[in-house]
Amino acid sequence: MTAVWLIPALPLLGFVTLVVLGRKFGDPGAGIFAACMVGLSFLGTLGVFAHLLSLPHEERAISQTLFTWISSGSFKVSIGFLADPLSITMCLFITGIGALIHIYSVGYMKGDPKFSKFFVYLNLFVASMLLLVLGDNLLLTFLGWEGVGACSYLLISFWFTDPKNASAGKKAFVTNRVGDFGFMLATFLVWVTLGTVNYEQIRPLAPGLAAGTATAIALLFFLGATGKSAQLPLFVWLPDAMAGPTPVSALIHAATMVTAGVYLLTRLSPIMAEAGWANDVVAWVGALTALVAACAAIAQNDIKKVLAYSTVSQLGYMFLAVGTQSYVAAVFHMITHASFKALLFLGSGSVIHAMAHEQDMRKYGNLRKYLPITYATFMVGWLAIAGIPPLSGFWSKDEILAGVFNAKTFGNLALWVIGMAVALLTAFYMTRQVIMTFFGEEKWRHAEVDAHGHELHADEEDAVDDHDHHHLTPDHTPHESPISMTLPLVVLAGAAAVAGLLNLPFGDPLKFLEHWLEPTIVGEHELPPGWVQALLSLAAVAVAVIGILGARAVYFQKKVDPAKIEKPVFAHAWYIDETYAKFMGGPGETAFEDVAQFDQKIVDGAVNGIAGGTVGLGNRLKGLQTGLVRTYGLGMAIGAVALLAYVVTRIGG
Amino acid sequence: MTAAVLQNVLASVGGLPSIEFSSVAPSIILALGGVLLLTVVSVTKDKLPVWFPAVWTISAAVAALCTVFRLWIRVGKWGNLSLISGAVGLDRFSLFVIGTLCVSVVMGALLLEGYLRREDLEGPEWYVLLLLAAAGGTTMAAANDLIVLFIGLEILSIAVYILSAMHRRRMSSLESGLKYFIHGAFASAFLLYGIAMVYGATGSTNLARISTFLADNVITQNGLMLGGIALMLVGFAFKVAAVPFHQWAPDVYQGAPTPVSAFMAAAVKTAAFAGMIRVFVLALGPTYRDEWRPMVLALAVLSLLVGSVMALVQTNVKRMLAYSSIGHAGFILVAVHSSTAMGTSAALFYLLSYTFMVMGSFGVVAVVGRKGDGHHQLSDYRGLGRIRPGLALAFTIFLLAQAGVPLTAGFLSKFYVIRSAIDSGDTALGVVAMLAAVIAAFLYLRVIVAMYFEGEPGDEVAPVKVPAAVSVAIGIALAGTLLLGIVPDPVTHAANEATAELVAPRR
Repeated sequence: MTAVWLIPALPLLGFVTLVVLGRKFGDPGAGIFAACMVGLSFLGTLGVFAHLLSLPHEERAISQTLFTWISSGSFKVSIGFLADPLSITMCLFITGIGALIHIYSVGYMKGDPKFSKFFVYLNLFVASMLLLVLGDNLLLTFLGWEGVGACSYLLISFWFTDPKNASAGKKAFVTNRVGDFGFMLATFLVWVTLGTVNYEQIRPLAPGLAAGTATAIALLFFLGATGKSAQLPLFVWLPDAMAGPTPVSALIHAATMVTAGVYLLTRLSPIMAEAGWANDVVAWVGALTALVAACAAIAQNDIKKVLAYSTVSQLGYMFLAVGTQSYVAAVFHMITHASFKALLFLGSGSVIHAMAHEQDMRKYGNLRKYLPITYATFMVGWLAIAGIPPLSGFWSKDEILAGVFNAKTFGNLALWVIGMAVALLTAFYMTRQVIMTFFGEEKWRHAEVDAHGHELHADEEDAVDDHDHHHLTPDHTPHESPISMTLPLVVLAGAAAVAGLLNLPFGDPLKFLEHWLEPTIVGEHELPPGWVQALLSLAAVAVAVIGILGARAVYFQKKVDPAKIEKPVFAHAWYIDETYAKFMGGPGETAFEDVAQFDQKIVDGAVNGIAGGTVGLGNRLKGLQTGLVRTYGLGMAIGAVALLAYVVTRIGG
Repeated sequence: MTAAVLQNVLASVGGLPSIEFSSVAPSIILALGGVLLLTVVSVTKDKLPVWFPAVWTISAAVAALCTVFRLWIRVGKWGNLSLISGAVGLDRFSLFVIGTLCVSVVMGALLLEGYLRREDLEGPEWYVLLLLAAAGGTTMAAANDLIVLFIGLEILSIAVYILSAMHRRRMSSLESGLKYFIHGAFASAFLLYGIAMVYGATGSTNLARISTFLADNVITQNGLMLGGIALMLVGFAFKVAAVPFHQWAPDVYQGAPTPVSAFMAAAVKTAAFAGMIRVFVLALGPTYRDEWRPMVLALAVLSLLVGSVMALVQTNVKRMLAYSSIGHAGFILVAVHSSTAMGTSAALFYLLSYTFMVMGSFGVVAVVGRKGDGHHQLSDYRGLGRIRPGLALAFTIFLLAQAGVPLTAGFLSKFYVIRSAIDSGDTALGVVAMLAAVIAAFLYLRVIVAMYFEGEPGDEVAPVKVPAAVSVAIGIALAGTLLLGIVPDPVTHAANEATAELVAPRR
């Protein structure tokens, strides 16, 4: 029996050990230990992967039950794991990229006063994430879902001395709770209609679902997914989440946790197949999110915010794929995105590290001279996300767009056009970032940038990644990061370059990922014929090149004033966040306060007001007694009268 | 069997009710324990060590708990019984509740021990009242007669009124006791009126007889009966602090000495819900459920929403917990509302879980309150995560459990409750309950944020001392909260078996 449970147990063991001994291990011991635990978990995953490969195609699923958690009547839930191609694929990149980011963090977090605590959270996160994907039922996935949410929240607020970071953490928590509500409702609906929450039992039962029920379940799960995976309308927390340390942004807010929603819907493909128009909703929300976020990304000046909006946008692509039933393409893009986005985030972390924790790209420039490894690897990530063949992003994005082109989804051609537009914008904003960071003049040397820098854009006040307050001075000379940071960059650059090999469109035998995932996924989609695909690919490459050249013209050759493109509406991400804040601070809060005040002022107020204002016991008791009779007794009497009035209506019946 | 024979003989000879003492052993142990403790300490004056009353109380509770286990097995063998002329019922439902009450006495005594020492308060009287209150609660749980139920309620309530006013140097404690007493008097009057009206309508105060009477006869003029039901519901709703009969709770919880607030939240709620289930689900369930369920539904929805929304805007942690306990009462009302065996066992599981969670929470609050029991503002929790990481972690777990996070007792209790609602066809109510759980999660977050993420390392709060007894209590609560969440099966089975039955008195 393959020990599937070891995969999440190892990081969990790391977490427990570090809670107890973390301080003793110190810096860098605790980090190395944590990295080893995740590394071992990666090896374990490889073992299970090899075992699955050795099995015949249709039998590739190991389910392992540790013990029965809840059993009451016919309802049974186990603590059990399901290792099948889908979950193991997820595990491979979670532990693989997770281990690399752990190693990177040893260098990045060096000298932080809470060094060991950081790795406590990081190991707990990996354990929760593995539980999320390996759990064999919805409740266990929900447990992991909550766990990763909690870790994300803790890590966003890691440098909590800055109140902005704490508030960003809160925002993540609040938006995710909205999504979690959908998850909970959907789980109950599944249990009520199918009598089970186990994935392997759901699969054969799902076709029996009524279309309306399946649609409701799918939409509720999608609501959960929009929270965790930062889609419209709940995406607002992710850009703020960049307040956390950069390795956290790379691991949690780019590569793994935010893809949990995509995983969930892929896992539930048997239900999605019955869900009718819910799929159209998923596709459209995905496409619109991709567009909205890509527009926002072109006007950001914070190096990490560009990547944050880019992540939201790429997640939109994945949901577009899920909504058009191209689950393989969604998982494919999840894998390639995990590698190139982790690479870009870690690269930006290396830049931030070298630039005295300055995150404003307007103060960068010409860094290729000082950070050769970071520069070279960043180039790979840039071309991969921009969709330039033969790097990985091209293949996965292409597969999604080809699938959309041929899908039976409502308005599929419009979706395809949006997808192409997003591809253009992606190439544009990434090129902009690369030029601003690695090319041009060394702008931090000009003090005047500092002088009127704050009036350029409103996002100046955004949280910066500064746990120690150095300042970028004009005589600053950037230095390349230590090997513990550059080594993961190199490995990830390799992965980002070749991950496309997993699923090449040239003939059936080359589609490894598709065959591998086939037994776990329900849902049909047809790709257009080969010559159409070839044309579509050419168009996609053309669009990417146009995006790159456009950005070059604006930011490198300076033929156009950037202000004409970086509209404030983009910089503010269409003012969606502000609208929420206005509502929550305005009518929403007022309504909330009204409810509270009714009870507090009208009902409790008399007593407290009098009791609070007086000092002596006599006065106090006097006030208390009048308060009692007037208010509390009144409240009870009203309630009693209401109940009696109700029963009067029942008399004689 | 001999006992039964003896009982028959006695009954035929004297007409006096025979009392099978072993079957009401838990109540007797608790009551006698209280009275004996008072005697012993007044005879020995001040010669006894300080720890004596606490140890005595815990021993009594543990002894009572042992008899609960013994009786549990006996009931399994011989079936449910009705005792003392049908006044008291012995079934697994009442035993489960009595067991829960004993657990809260043990933890309550431990919390009191540390509290009294810190506050320089003397007094075995606290423990005496604790034991008497528990004895009243056990009487309620096993009551098969409305009068017995009322007596149990009064024994419990009067003891707790005094307990809330016992901190004589704290003005708010006196205020709290007085408020609680006056409102309690209102509620008792309502309950008693209701009982009288039900008696008038059915001709009996015995639950079994009421149940048979209602099954056999159709009351054509049902005004009296319905009025009785409504008034009894008011009485119970007050005791469990359901909206709109809740206004006393925040003030009283906030003012009462913190260990007493803990006991109030756990034990009073448990006993009152036990009584409520016996009357409404058991005696009135088969015949009058269509009449009382809409009323309970209204109470449940109001409690869920008002409890969770109001808790959010509090800045005083004790008050916050009071409002959250109103929300929890709403959850248990959802289980009562389903009026099924599944609902009853969900309520039982919830009550036991809640006992652990809330006593643990108040235990932490009692410690953080520091000398004078006055530091209960949210700001007093700033930086607790740095100063007392263990305490902060425990509190975090209790709060997460109350929010219903999986692998804690709180998740499954909510889960079972919502399941019982959906099972009896009230999907909408289940959704409201889930919504309330989501809203309530914010409030627990506020405390966690204060403990871990607020405050500069510089502004240290006054040292927080955790007495040994309190850490034991928190340890028990922690173990209960986690065990019920991770290995819930034994308790789930026990709660499923703990069905109540109205056994008619032998004639």
